[in-house]
Amino acid sequence: MAWLVMFFVVPMVQLFLVSLQSDYPGFPGYYYQDVNVANYARALTDFAPHFGRSMLFAGLATFFAFVLGYPLAYAMAFKAGRWRGVMMICVIAPFFTSFILRTIAWRQILSDEGWIASTLNAINLLPGGRITETWVAVVAGLTYNFLPFMVLPIYSSLERANPTVIEAGGDLYANGFTTFRTVTLPMSLPGVLAGTLLTFIPAAGDYVNAELLGSDVSTKMVGNVIESQFFRVLGGFPDAAALSFTLMALILALVFAYTRKFGTEELL
Amino acid sequence: MGIFTTRASTALREAKGDLRIENVTKRFADFVAVDDLSLVVPRGSFFALLGPSGCGKTTTLRMVAGLEQPTAGKVLIGDTDLTGSRPYERPVNTVFQSYALFPHLTVRENVAFGPKRRGLPDALKLADEALALVEMGHLAQRKPAMMSGGQQQRVAVARALVNRPEVLLLDEPLGALDLKLRRQMQVELKRIQTEVGLTFIHVTHDQEEAMTMADTVAVMNKGQIEQMGAPAELYDLPTTTFVANFLGQANMVEAKQVGLDGDRPVYEAFGHRWWVPRHRSSVPAGEPAAYGIRPEKLRLNHERPALGGSSAAAGPGVLRDVSFTGVSTQYLVDLPGLGTWGVFERGRWIVRRRGVARSRRICCSCRGWPGW
Ligand SMILES: Nc1ncnc2c1ncn2[C@@H]1O[C@H](COP(=O)(O)OP(=O)(O)OP(=O)(O)O)[C@@H](O)[C@H]1O
Ligand SMILES: [Mg+2]
Repeated sequence: MAWLVMFFVVPMVQLFLVSLQSDYPGFPGYYYQDVNVANYARALTDFAPHFGRSMLFAGLATFFAFVLGYPLAYAMAFKAGRWRGVMMICVIAPFFTSFILRTIAWRQILSDEGWIASTLNAINLLPGGRITETWVAVVAGLTYNFLPFMVLPIYSSLERANPTVIEAGGDLYANGFTTFRTVTLPMSLPGVLAGTLLTFIPAAGDYVNAELLGSDVSTKMVGNVIESQFFRVLGGFPDAAALSFTLMALILALVFAYTRKFGTEELL
Repeated sequence: MGIFTTRASTALREAKGDLRIENVTKRFADFVAVDDLSLVVPRGSFFALLGPSGCGKTTTLRMVAGLEQPTAGKVLIGDTDLTGSRPYERPVNTVFQSYALFPHLTVRENVAFGPKRRGLPDALKLADEALALVEMGHLAQRKPAMMSGGQQQRVAVARALVNRPEVLLLDEPLGALDLKLRRQMQVELKRIQTEVGLTFIHVTHDQEEAMTMADTVAVMNKGQIEQMGAPAELYDLPTTTFVANFLGQANMVEAKQVGLDGDRPVYEAFGHRWWVPRHRSSVPAGEPAAYGIRPEKLRLNHERPALGGSSAAAGPGVLRDVSFTGVSTQYLVDLPGLGTWGVFERGRWIVRRRGVARSRRICCSCRGWPGW
């Protein structure tokens, strides 16, 4: 309980208070406590596109992480045999280097001179002529960075599934694909749920990928705005705090709707 | 999931008739789990596979179900060779040792799973009927996690039975039940089997279960069948020491066939000779043999009875233990040179009436030729 108060409640209350502060007129950078709801209004009106992008990019990244991560987790759980340990290390290893450095590495890989962009350009498959500075790069970066959060929970739920139950599907006239669809996949849904949440939530609040892989205008996410309001704009503190709270409320609402729809209790 | 809607499975193989396992061997790396096993289970019969833990019972069933492919040999139903086919192609269903119910489905959906996969239109109705058969209708809406082991087992039986397979495999389906429920389920299973007329292959460690339920019992040991036959036959005339000890209790002693009295083999052991009817003796003359006798065939006497002909007696020995089990009283007697023998006698007062008492010297004897 003390732990919860210390690490969650105290900073939240502080942030909430800040989000309602107003500027001292004529003294930019100085604030007084207020109940300035205009901060929230501004957060929603001025930065609505950023919210939209955050949700869209995070949603896309979650989707791609699922599409890539599920087969990977499945292979690790059922097909890897003695390679399982190696695969596990490959999934976790990126965590041992800095998040930002890895993203910078991706910027170089995807850069205009990089082999991916030049190859695609050479065969005229890249309409805009570049990958970095576009939403594609941002979504790709998000997908890459949060993929392990998708893979690990799915893997653990597949790993925990009783193999005899999956065999029972075959015994009861379901062929390989039908068994997967009707038995294996439903049994791993708790892992899918956890994985999508663990990917979506940090992706929605992320700013590093948009900062390093995106462009200045068209790919900025809420995280970027919050970051710049906090650190770069004089007098941006209350706005940044209000944005943070709005983002949190939005994510909570989405997560709530999502878990309601897929019924956590039912799955576990 | 509209695009996936159930489609009748065309994969299911038509196969009717006796189940035949022909020279099947299963090797895991260099370990031989099932060793050149052959057997025929007549259609509609109740077949029990009995054996100690790890002897290959589950492996045998898995090869019949198609969950495991034999290293060598064939599995057939009637004239259809099923070797190499997938589990979902075989008209065989399994009640797994660990139930293996689908945790994400309700009991009813679990039971309806098979019929749905086969595209039967009245899957849910069939499921309800099967649940009624095992008296689990009232829990149809529950999830497996919220049921006791015994209840899960019944659902597992219903889930397999609802498909009316040609062969139903039951891998220790009653293992988790208490004795009373177990007896009740044995009667139920037997009734269901007679009613629906399916071939049942029932794996168990419990010799009493095998003996009371099955038409044919096969005793397995180390991947091979030691002996197969009607329960009474196996009990009365085991052909190996292993079977004798595995089915009920047996007092065993090394004996030797020393000659013939007419056409009856004469054996010698513990210092005297007696004959055994020809049909009960399976060892050629001169060979060392094991003579066995069931505890309930022996009587306790204060004095060693006169011997000769078909009577055998052992002792004197010392009574070591008496325990009353309800049906009979079990005595353990230390016999010098023979080890400890068990004797079961009906009635509680035998000890006093015949003047046998603890620590007194007593003899075990029998008349007729109940040994082998
Ligand atoms: N997949 C496998 N890989 C290696 N060895 C196996 C495998 N499956 C079974 N075995 C071995 O084969 C032997 C027979 O196993 P099986 O499961 O058939 O025994 P069982 O007779 O069913 O025993 P129980 O009564 O304990 O269920 C065992 O010694 C087991 O260790
Ligand atoms: Mg077994």
